[in-house]
Amino acid sequence: MAEFNLPKNSRLTEGKTWPKPAGSNIREFKIYRWDPDGESNPRMDTYFVDCDDCGPMILDAILWIKNKVDPTLTFRRSCREGICGSCAMNIDGLNTLACTKGMDEISGPIKIYPLPHMPVVKDLVPDLTRFYAQHASIEPWLKTDTPAPEKEWRQSPADRDKLDGLYECILCACCSTSCPSYWWNGDRYLGPAALLQAYRWLIDSRDESTGERLDNLEDPFRLYRCHTIMNCSNACPKGLNPAKAIAEIKKMMVERQY
Amino acid sequence: MAKSTNPFVTPTARVRGLGAAKSGTGHFWLSRVTALSNAILTVAFVIIVLKLIKTDYAGAIKLIGHPVAAILMLLFTLSAAVHMRLGMQVIIEDYIHSEGKKVVLLALNTFFAIAVGVAAAYSILKIGFAA
Repeated sequence: MAEFNLPKNSRLTEGKTWPKPAGSNIREFKIYRWDPDGESNPRMDTYFVDCDDCGPMILDAILWIKNKVDPTLTFRRSCREGICGSCAMNIDGLNTLACTKGMDEISGPIKIYPLPHMPVVKDLVPDLTRFYAQHASIEPWLKTDTPAPEKEWRQSPADRDKLDGLYECILCACCSTSCPSYWWNGDRYLGPAALLQAYRWLIDSRDESTGERLDNLEDPFRLYRCHTIMNCSNACPKGLNPAKAIAEIKKMMVERQY
Repeated sequence: MAKSTNPFVTPTARVRGLGAAKSGTGHFWLSRVTALSNAILTVAFVIIVLKLIKTDYAGAIKLIGHPVAAILMLLFTLSAAVHMRLGMQVIIEDYIHSEGKKVVLLALNTFFAIAVGVAAAYSILKIGFAA
């Protein structure tokens, strides 16, 4: 059944309120904490960030907390410019990248949770093992039987244009983990990120495995669990449209029937 | 032990599962087609029902017994029953994860849709052929 309540050991409790620094430009943060080494339930800790002492982005703020308040706060981050996808988390109710979300875009206390409905490794770090296996399962590489040409596989500019809006995906998992269908059936539904990448290879004019790729997707769960809820397109921090890519795959499925 | 819960099964084996069913497109397409036919036939159905409001019993029998009205009602019933079955199937697959319960509910869903469709069709035909 759909899960309406979290398991008992996952229910949130009130956490620690950390000391408020002196200063006039202070923002309040409420951050999900869970320690795999302890026995206790996850908790919401309250932190106060001196915005005059740190950069403008959410990532700047949580780095400030880690460096100056609580070194045990755990999260992934790398490029700090929206290209690696590491710092994806649920900020103010929307899955997005902490490094490209400005504190000024949110009013009131800033609530941060890990990406929804994934196993939590620690604090804001979700376990994305299955998500990556799903991406691998669509075989995201050029598949050809024709012997490779001496130079590159050629493609017309018009065909190359078809990959725009698809190749930019950074696999941050914001879209898949925002999708209710992925929450309920993530073990069988591939999710918007994997399907967007599947479409990126389906419409690549150089690829020779389009039919096989469609065969592998034609399934009531792998593809057709998408019910066009569109949370994916709403969440994507790169402004991509996985819902449209999935609709295009469904169109290809119908097209090859008639 | 089910693959989805066995800790020794690799993520790749888990994601590949039993493979693609190579079906689903027919279901997807038929639900779109019946949505379109429902949209058209519902208008006809509502017009017939509105006409029935102002008629007495004998008039109602006569109206439903008219071939055009009876055929429209039959088509609406058939289209709605098929669409209902497809939609309910998706809801069951979405939310019921226990395999046994799911199979039973999917079968009941099919029985229910056919029973409702046949009962409605029988009623319309009975009136149609009696008129």
